Amino acid sequence: MKTDTIAAIATAMSDSGIGIVRISGDDAVIIVDRIYRNAKGDRILTKYHSHTIHYGFVVDEDEKIVDEVMVSVMKAPRSYTAEDTVEINCHGGVLIMRKILELVMWAGARLAEPGEFTKRAFLNGRIDLSKAEAVMDIIHAKNEFSLQSSVRQLKGSVSDMIKKMRAEIIHEIAFIESALDDPEHFDLESEGYQEKLLLMISQLQKRIESLIQSADNGKILSEGIRTVIVGKPNAGKSSLLNELVGEERAIVTDIAGTTRDILEETVSIDGIVFRILDTAGIRFTEDVVEKIGVDRAKKAVEEADLVLYVIDSSVPLDDNDKEILEMIKDKNVLILLNKSDLSPKITEESVYMAVSDARKFDESLDLPDRREEQSDVKYKNRIIRTSTKEKDGIELFVKTVKEMFFHGDIVYNDEVYITNVRHKEALQEAYGSLIQVKESIVSKMPEDFYTIDLMNAYGKLGLIIGEAVEDDLVNEIFSKFCMGK
Amino acid sequence: MSMENKNQIREKYDVCVVGAGHAGCEAALACARLGLETIIFTVSVDSIALMPCNPNVGGTSKGHLVREIDALGGEMGKNIDKTFIQSKMLNKSKGPAVHSLRAQADKAEYTRQMRNILENQEHLTVKQAEVCEILAEDYDGSIESSDSIAMKKITGVKTFTGAFYECQAVILCTGTYLKARCLCGEAITYTGPNGLQPANYLTDSLKSLGIEMRRFKTGTPARMDGRTIDYSKMEEQFGDERVIPFSFSTNPDDVQIDQVSCWLTYTNEKTHEIIRANLDRSPIYAGVIEGTGPRYCPSIEDKVVKFADKERHQVFIEPEGLHTNEMYVGGMSSSLPEDVQLAMYRTVPGLENCKIVRNAYAIEYDCINPRQLYPTLEFKDIKGLFSGGQFNGSSGYEEAAAQGLIAGINASLTILGKKPIVLDRSQAYIGVLIDDLVTKENFEPYRMMTSRAEYRLLLRQDNADLRLREIGYEVGLVSGELYESTLRKKELIRKEIERLKNTVVGAAKENQDFLISHGSSTLKTAATLAELICRPELSYNILQEIDSGRNFLPADVIEQVEIEIKYEGYIERQLRQVEQYKKMEKKRIPVDLDYNDISSLRLEARQKLIAYKPVSVGQASRISGVSPADISVLLVYLEHFSDKKTYHED
Repeated sequence: MKTDTIAAIATAMSDSGIGIVRISGDDAVIIVDRIYRNAKGDRILTKYHSHTIHYGFVVDEDEKIVDEVMVSVMKAPRSYTAEDTVEINCHGGVLIMRKILELVMWAGARLAEPGEFTKRAFLNGRIDLSKAEAVMDIIHAKNEFSLQSSVRQLKGSVSDMIKKMRAEIIHEIAFIESALDDPEHFDLESEGYQEKLLLMISQLQKRIESLIQSADNGKILSEGIRTVIVGKPNAGKSSLLNELVGEERAIVTDIAGTTRDILEETVSIDGIVFRILDTAGIRFTEDVVEKIGVDRAKKAVEEADLVLYVIDSSVPLDDNDKEILEMIKDKNVLILLNKSDLSPKITEESVYMAVSDARKFDESLDLPDRREEQSDVKYKNRIIRTSTKEKDGIELFVKTVKEMFFHGDIVYNDEVYITNVRHKEALQEAYGSLIQVKESIVSKMPEDFYTIDLMNAYGKLGLIIGEAVEDDLVNEIFSKFCMGK
Repeated sequence: MSMENKNQIREKYDVCVVGAGHAGCEAALACARLGLETIIFTVSVDSIALMPCNPNVGGTSKGHLVREIDALGGEMGKNIDKTFIQSKMLNKSKGPAVHSLRAQADKAEYTRQMRNILENQEHLTVKQAEVCEILAEDYDGSIESSDSIAMKKITGVKTFTGAFYECQAVILCTGTYLKARCLCGEAITYTGPNGLQPANYLTDSLKSLGIEMRRFKTGTPARMDGRTIDYSKMEEQFGDERVIPFSFSTNPDDVQIDQVSCWLTYTNEKTHEIIRANLDRSPIYAGVIEGTGPRYCPSIEDKVVKFADKERHQVFIEPEGLHTNEMYVGGMSSSLPEDVQLAMYRTVPGLENCKIVRNAYAIEYDCINPRQLYPTLEFKDIKGLFSGGQFNGSSGYEEAAAQGLIAGINASLTILGKKPIVLDRSQAYIGVLIDDLVTKENFEPYRMMTSRAEYRLLLRQDNADLRLREIGYEVGLVSGELYESTLRKKELIRKEIERLKNTVVGAAKENQDFLISHGSSTLKTAATLAELICRPELSYNILQEIDSGRNFLPADVIEQVEIEIKYEGYIERQLRQVEQYKKMEKKRIPVDLDYNDISSLRLEARQKLIAYKPVSVGQASRISGVSPADISVLLVYLEHFSDKKTYHED
């Protein structure tokens, strides 16, 4: 029996170095062949022998090179899953890996379910029977985790939008089906139903398209790299956020302490998704309201993957800065010496000294120091002079952030990307089903053909919000349409 | 409960069928026709195959069921072909998958004819008696076979008079008779439908066997004296000009009869006002009714309450037969009191002066939660006990007949030592019906709908013979002759499709002219006849003109050829889905699997699986509350223990 071909990223998404995209199933070789070219640009993957590894390139739909890769081919049954397996070793950047995974899916593979490689390996006899218990636990755990993170990560607005679309789709299916079920009662021939449906589908398609785009720049999920902007009042934190978001989102004034609450934005910088929290300025005062803001900022820092510390370089460092440095010393920090357009009162060197002081204090406590790997030289590169007003240094800042990410300095939950790919796959399938409905309408198929694909679209959208189909249709029919003699 | 008598009658049969409604009739006929000595019990011989509600057989998706019953060797299709008085193919303007036959029956004739068939069936005894007790002995199913967990085994039944009938299998088809209660406003009678004697003892016997019972309700509208109806105020509804028979073995020429008409009228605001004003006297709204009613045929009071914005509801006036004046008032079933009923009906145009012959009423009855059954319709815990029809929580004559037939076939096959049959969801509506009943949570009487069949493009009423004749033949209910004719039909279809796919039409002028004359675009390159048939404006018959190589073919063959070609893309997609579906159906689960051993299953899934004891991984996956991850875990577990008691893929 033919098995479908599955694909997944086999290494942790945030690792630096080599990343592996693994493809397993009867069509693994044929699928990768569509996107792999050897050094001479030839398409020859199918000619490779089993258990060989080759240098070449992954290309996209337009034959444009996506990445330089090593591809290994392992034919059944001598592979992890005992199926034909191809592994693409690429450069490991999250974006590249995601792009390659998407290309593999475009070429015909399906995204593996959590734990599916292990399941296949087991079912195909590659894993000792005595490990059954362990295998079941892995599947169970991975699914639970994936389900949790998938639902938790989904933005409320996105899930509302999907729910709304599903409600519209199921209503239309129920309308058609009730007419088919009770033809003397409901009339489908009523004027312009087809046109009405076509219009509705076009609108649905537009909404799905925009969701697919959001998926591409990560806006579908509320997770991203949790980034917190900290600094003293009026250091230019909100301006920085606005600069990154590209719109006047945070209120920016010259009055210190304007940002009382934490503002949050999801920003995609060259495809890397950041969930940026702008905090209230940190000033250790007795003002109750401001105190709350500071406490919130502290908490946000604790949970952050990356901290952006904005310093007003026209004002000397003071005790507040020390407090802030103390707060963020364990974190991945990027320091921005802002307001470089004004005459500077602080230098990179003085900030660097302050940082070192905070960190040394830590060492004196004799803690096992993994930060030793991060040489202080590296830290020097993490201090950037900017002027959000003049838009100076922003490019360098972006470049630095990307480097930190690709070097694996910023580590975070990689499940987000997988979830995102899964959602995108479901959205694309739903979109494809809607195209089919349109084709059925245009080619004058009878109405009962519409519902087949409408139902598919409904089911696929349901996957995103974790809802199964069950008896939705029958319930909709009976609750919305008065049936029966 | 039953009378103890020293001179008890003791008789021995292979099968006892309890109830002679549509399920019981099919069950008994199937058993007797397969050579088993069968006795069928009914509280009244006059009520054999009674139609206590609507005077129709068929309708959307139900017509499919009748066709399937016929293809398998059942009786319903033949019986309605003999007794219908109007017939219609519904949804003719829609796709072939939703075409459905519906006939108006002459109720009395239908009953009389079926009774005649039963009375003259070899190996079948008809007995008027109330069965009060089902007798079973202790038994350890696992000793006899690895696929049984039954702890009891059927030994026979006892009637109210104390007579004992020994048997190997019992088929329960008690319909709406168990502890039946009819409600018409405040007037409550403890009777079965139409005032017939209920069966008040059997429920307790079943409970003592460990069977889980529940209570459903349904209802029926009033019957009017036709002489008091003014039809001039209604729209006349005719039958089809050319009637298509239900049975594949009925000669179409034999069903071209003079048909009677039905009539359409509507309720109005006045009607609704009366209903609203008297809701407190409705037993449902007053809370007197405890059973769960069906949402698909709501009472008129339900319609008015739930769809308050609708200004009117359709009312169909349908004849109950040729030799009676009684007219069925479709669309206005009710349990309101008699006086409210009369007032309400009289607001409907054409019914202003109507006289009610029989009042509308709601009926409550005991039935089972069908998850206690295997898909063979045998009880999991009691070997030899089968059931079908409303007793299983379904609704409708056709749904009942379909289950009766399968229960009858499987009781027989089991006694004969053969493997029972299970139709799956890709083979038949009957498969969908039974799978839904035994796998899903049903909170109301279950009615068939085409939307319940996920592969409905394949499960058409027009191809039921091609799908199921072979199974009917293997079971032994379809003759060799009929089976041969189906095989010949299949071959003709195959050959003609092949010819059409390989016959190329060139861009010659006469062909282009032909296409233009039929509003079709001209050919740029040559095309096959099959490609032309796919164009919506063309058909097999239209293409005759440019298809010189054509041989004469029967209409039913042409129909299949055309459907297979026109909808090929869609059909192939469904076939691919079926392939996926079958993989999971083939993975069998051993009946004695202890789900508590599988700690990685989520608790909810484990509880559901224990309650349903699915026979296959496919069935398990359809139980609500069992997730894809649970199925993965289950697959791994089954693989691990495949050396033990697992059934292997069959």
